[in-house]
Amino acid sequence: MSALSLLVAKGISKRFGGVHALSEVTFTINHGEIYGLIGPNGAGKTSLFNVLTGIYAADGGNFIFDGEPLDRVKPNEVAERGIARTFQNIRLFQNLSALENVMIGRHVRTKAGVFGAMFRDKATRAEEAAIEKRSYELLGYVGVAKRANDLAKHLAYGDQRRLEIARALATEPKLLALDEPAAGMNATETQALKRLLQEIRRDGITILLIEHDMKLVMSVCDRVLVLDYGRKIAEGSAAEVQKDPKVIAAYLGGEVSLELKG
Amino acid sequence: MSSHRPRHVPPKVWAAVALVAAALALLPFVAALAGQAWVRILNFAMIYTMLALGLNIVVGFAGLLDLGYIAFYAVGAYVYALLASPHFGIHLPFWMILPLGAGLACIFGVLLGAPTLKLRGDYLAIVTLGFGEIIRIFLNNLNAPVNISNGPQGINLIDPFRIGSLSLARPEVILGVQFSGPQKYYYLLLLLTIGVIVVNIRLQNSRLGRAWEAIREDEVAAKAMGINTRNVKLLAFAMGASFGGIAGAIFSATQQFVSPESFGLFESVIVLSMVVLGGMGNIPGVILGAIMLTMLPEVLRYTMEPLQLALFGRVLLDAETVRLLVFGLALVAIMLYRPAGLWPSAVRKRELETPKAAPG
Repeated sequence: MSALSLLVAKGISKRFGGVHALSEVTFTINHGEIYGLIGPNGAGKTSLFNVLTGIYAADGGNFIFDGEPLDRVKPNEVAERGIARTFQNIRLFQNLSALENVMIGRHVRTKAGVFGAMFRDKATRAEEAAIEKRSYELLGYVGVAKRANDLAKHLAYGDQRRLEIARALATEPKLLALDEPAAGMNATETQALKRLLQEIRRDGITILLIEHDMKLVMSVCDRVLVLDYGRKIAEGSAAEVQKDPKVIAAYLGGEVSLELKG
Repeated sequence: MSSHRPRHVPPKVWAAVALVAAALALLPFVAALAGQAWVRILNFAMIYTMLALGLNIVVGFAGLLDLGYIAFYAVGAYVYALLASPHFGIHLPFWMILPLGAGLACIFGVLLGAPTLKLRGDYLAIVTLGFGEIIRIFLNNLNAPVNISNGPQGINLIDPFRIGSLSLARPEVILGVQFSGPQKYYYLLLLLTIGVIVVNIRLQNSRLGRAWEAIREDEVAAKAMGINTRNVKLLAFAMGASFGGIAGAIFSATQQFVSPESFGLFESVIVLSMVVLGGMGNIPGVILGAIMLTMLPEVLRYTMEPLQLALFGRVLLDAETVRLLVFGLALVAIMLYRPAGLWPSAVRKRELETPKAAPG
């Protein structure tokens, strides 16, 4: 493992009963890159996210994050260590305002407790003000500042996706794991998302991206990992992966590719 | 930033505050015109307000359905009863027992919370319901082999609150004004209730309050945002329980008598109704719910007989029966027409100039 790598996954396996959701998946994500994770439906992409973020325990293999092993850690500890995620089916705090959603993201980097809340001492007030300020900044950063005081559930779909990213950024992650952020977005929104992802990377945050929008993946990712039936079938630059016959077979079906070859 | 908000409070607000304060100060004397019973009812409304606000932390903020909340009220009440009565011959002053009662209730809150951390919804409701019953049954039976709780007879002759030589139970003339016992309790309760309300508002608008609401909204997402849901949930149980404990100690002192009977399932349900009918998670709503559900049965008690006489010329139904009937119908009507509660919570608006895009 080199100083370049932020996350090293070694032989990650996960079974659900007899189903091998992940079989010995190994990969490395370098500091500052946008790393794509693609594969047909049911390939194990989201399972990999859930194992990485501590929602599921892996049946085999281990992660090394930022030089330290990431074994048997709870989801909240994963966030504390610096991995923030979004969800495929948006999981915002629906009945709280957009601003409050982002403020909750600041929880893990702040520390006021019961007594701070009750007595509102100077330090707590300063911390609250800083939380609020930073959250407003992040809303502006992803482009939903105008909706700060609206309930999360009243936001447009694309705005909800961006709000989820702002909430994740509020935890000051080293690695931002996005599960299909472009799902349900139109072409304009996807373009804006692409610019946002590039900006986040420029600001020094590494991105792990699950995405079905191939145009987005191919234009934004430095490297791409392809999963199929829980196995890694290809890894490399977007251009390399696109040409890989195994990837084509996985996406178009095995027999078709045989016919193409023959 | 909060420093951007005007620090200067407009005189209109001061006038309103002064008006409300004057009204609250005069209320027990107005109520006394209708009889001392009404002052007692006011006091009960405040005890229930404290209870409902405590339960609101667990149910309204953190979204954990608790059907055994009255157990903490019982713990507070019995702590006071045992430490300030001839039962053990201990007579500690109330300002010493009040924190003890709150503290012990808090410990019981954590004891209940710890095994139920993984439960939600119906399952949690059933476990907490069991817990509430356990406490009551314990109190009923803890009179043998060692007599601790005095069993179903309860504990009698509990000390009233005393500050120096001033006992809150006896009528007294202070500065030429005649104060009855309940009236004196009213002022103490008013202070405590305002304190509990302030603490609740501050808790809700804090890092911890937001973490509670995050758990209520989506526990998985809350965890993924780095919230230690175990600790935060235990804190919700602990804080809610301590308010219950304080309310219980005051109940004990005002009644000067406690027995296990006062802490049955029905009481838990009533307090939960106050939270739900008032508006779960919204502090003004919960206060309104508590006041309404305490006052309504009493108002009905005094109005049902005259009303029947006026309408039918004679009393068809006994006041006690018809009062519960009307009470039940009122609850059903509120839930049908105001399903989110009488005063549901609104979005908390925060005012801040919108800054430009920030560096990550």
